[in-house]
Amino acid sequence: MRILLVDDEAELVSTLTERLSFRGIEADWVTTAEEALEMAEKGSYDVAVLDIKIPRISGLTLKKLLEERHPKMKFIFLTGHGSEEDFRIGSAEAGEDYYLIKPVNLDLLIEKLKEITGAKA
Amino acid sequence: MRLWGKPKFWDHYDVASGPHKSLFNFRRVWLLAVVVMSVVSLLPLIFITVVNYRATKRGFESEIRLRTTRLVSNIRRSVAFFLEERRSAIEFISRLHGREELNNPARLAFILENLKKSFGGFVDLGVVDAQGNQSSYVGPYALQGKNYADQDWFQQVFQKGKYVSEVYLGYRRVPHLVIAVKHPDGNGDFYVLRATLDTERFNHMVTGAESTETGDAFLINHQGELQTPSRTFGTLLKKIPLPVPEYSSHTETFDFVTPDRTPLMIGYAYIQDSPFILLMVKDKNRLMKEWNWTRLELIGFLVFSVTVILLVILGTATYLVEQVYLADQRRVAMLHKVEYANKLASIGRLAAGVAHEINNPLAIINEKAGLIKDLFTYRSEYRADPRLIGLVDAILHSVERCAAITRRLLRFARHMEVSIQTVQLEEVVREVLGFVAKEAEYRSIEVRVEVEGEIPPFETDRGKLQQIFLNIINNAFAAVSDGGRLVITLKREKENTVSVSFADNGRGIPPEDLKRVFEPFFTTRAGQGGTGLGLSITYGLVQELGGTIQVRSTVGQGTCFTVSLPLKYEKRKREIDADTIGG
Repeated sequence: MRILLVDDEAELVSTLTERLSFRGIEADWVTTAEEALEMAEKGSYDVAVLDIKIPRISGLTLKKLLEERHPKMKFIFLTGHGSEEDFRIGSAEAGEDYYLIKPVNLDLLIEKLKEITGAKA
Repeated sequence: MRLWGKPKFWDHYDVASGPHKSLFNFRRVWLLAVVVMSVVSLLPLIFITVVNYRATKRGFESEIRLRTTRLVSNIRRSVAFFLEERRSAIEFISRLHGREELNNPARLAFILENLKKSFGGFVDLGVVDAQGNQSSYVGPYALQGKNYADQDWFQQVFQKGKYVSEVYLGYRRVPHLVIAVKHPDGNGDFYVLRATLDTERFNHMVTGAESTETGDAFLINHQGELQTPSRTFGTLLKKIPLPVPEYSSHTETFDFVTPDRTPLMIGYAYIQDSPFILLMVKDKNRLMKEWNWTRLELIGFLVFSVTVILLVILGTATYLVEQVYLADQRRVAMLHKVEYANKLASIGRLAAGVAHEINNPLAIINEKAGLIKDLFTYRSEYRADPRLIGLVDAILHSVERCAAITRRLLRFARHMEVSIQTVQLEEVVREVLGFVAKEAEYRSIEVRVEVEGEIPPFETDRGKLQQIFLNIINNAFAAVSDGGRLVITLKREKENTVSVSFADNGRGIPPEDLKRVFEPFFTTRAGQGGTGLGLSITYGLVQELGGTIQVRSTVGQGTCFTVSLPLKYEKRKREIDADTIGG
């Protein structure tokens, strides 16, 4: 399972990438939408973890762009804006996607990643 | 409005009123209204009544004066005619019969007999020669040969040719009056034909004419002595205690007040060719009796009108000022509400901003600490010191706590879209109760749901509704002791609203805290994990659903939260909100 992490906070995504690799999950990280599209062209990613707020373009728009190019790609959103639950499925704009609230609980993220990719570890 | 008792605005004191204080001094406004309306309506009424009173009184007086004048004139005419008639008769006799014929006693007796029959009122008849000797006499008294030369009446008839005497007693000591006529007998000499008249008839004519009880009619001479008896002033020839009126050719009236303060109206007339003045004395108080009744009516009308007008003015002014006062109170309450809502909203915005900004560095701390822990876990060279991992755990635990707070803050001012669906109110309540069933069972709290009336399914945000109910129920559970009670009542309140009230029998909220329960960070459970955000979040959520939340509480008896929700959901315009707050 290959993951692409997109968030403008480099410190956050780099650390997250490293921690995921400790747990045997291969991940790359970028901080802009342009880099994300570029990276997605090079490697084939199963899941993109997107911050809702990335500079110049929203996470939802980026999702649409990525989805057009890689229809099989799944998405998980990170958000700084909380909801009543730690995560929720579905919203008017995002469709059937996962939302995770920052700060992220890593175990929960991994659990959702597994769920979304069909439990192949 | 209460009809009696002090109106609400009376004791109102506006602490906040500034430069426009008088505008909001309701008591002054009320007083001004009452005074202005009273003056404007009562002054003309009183003026008109006074004018009317005086005009009516004058009318009454002039009418009784006129009536008196008319009556006096009538009696005067009768009396004058009575005297004139008899004088003419005697004159006629003296012209018709010669001196010799009249000196014949049989003939004179015959004439007297005929006079008595034709005119009435004659008592005797005599012929007096130029020297004053009664040469011939017929009548009931023995007056033959009596000399009248030195008597006043004889002097007068000698000068004027005819004479009507005052009533006097004379030789006979009986009241009588005399009519005498001088007649020349051709050879430069003269004789006087003299008749005595019955005063009885005369009296009757004057007193009998005044049939009403209100007056007293009588004759006086120019000295003010009674010539006919008077009901008020006594018997014949007595002097009356009234002034003798001035001569006038017409009938006149004048007012007179007796020493014992009885107002009198006196009508009088001089009777021509006689020494008599006809007087009619009337008691003004009795004459004005009818006026008194009218006056009572006028005054009664005035008093009644003034009372009614004052009552209406007082009622109207009180009602209107009360309405203005209530409207003003509503305005102030609305202002406070809006201020409060704005305050909550801006605090919410601030909280959201802070929470969001903190969340990002918090996420980094979280990941860094997580990485350190990972390094300890996955790399054996770091695993040696167990204290280090304890420290990292402490950091992670604190991050988790911070995250929980920011999450709650964000929840308070969340920007999520409302997701609308049709819900059954009771179902939602039961669902939420399901979350707390364990706690209720454990603490043996009795929870009862009562549904009043039919509540139709309606559109709203189910998640928010659950959150609202859960928050309130959690609060209630925190307030009640073990074995307490919570009664949830669902009610169709109006056409377009439903309400859910949560009444517990917990410790209640003191009044000073009650005002602040919806403010963020206000908590009475600071030491026991309360953040003071629960009810402010609830407040925000209820507003988002277009509803209202109210709280009533009595310390020691319990608290009741009532959430009212519209049956028709209307999307709130958050943008407009944001503009008004200026955020």
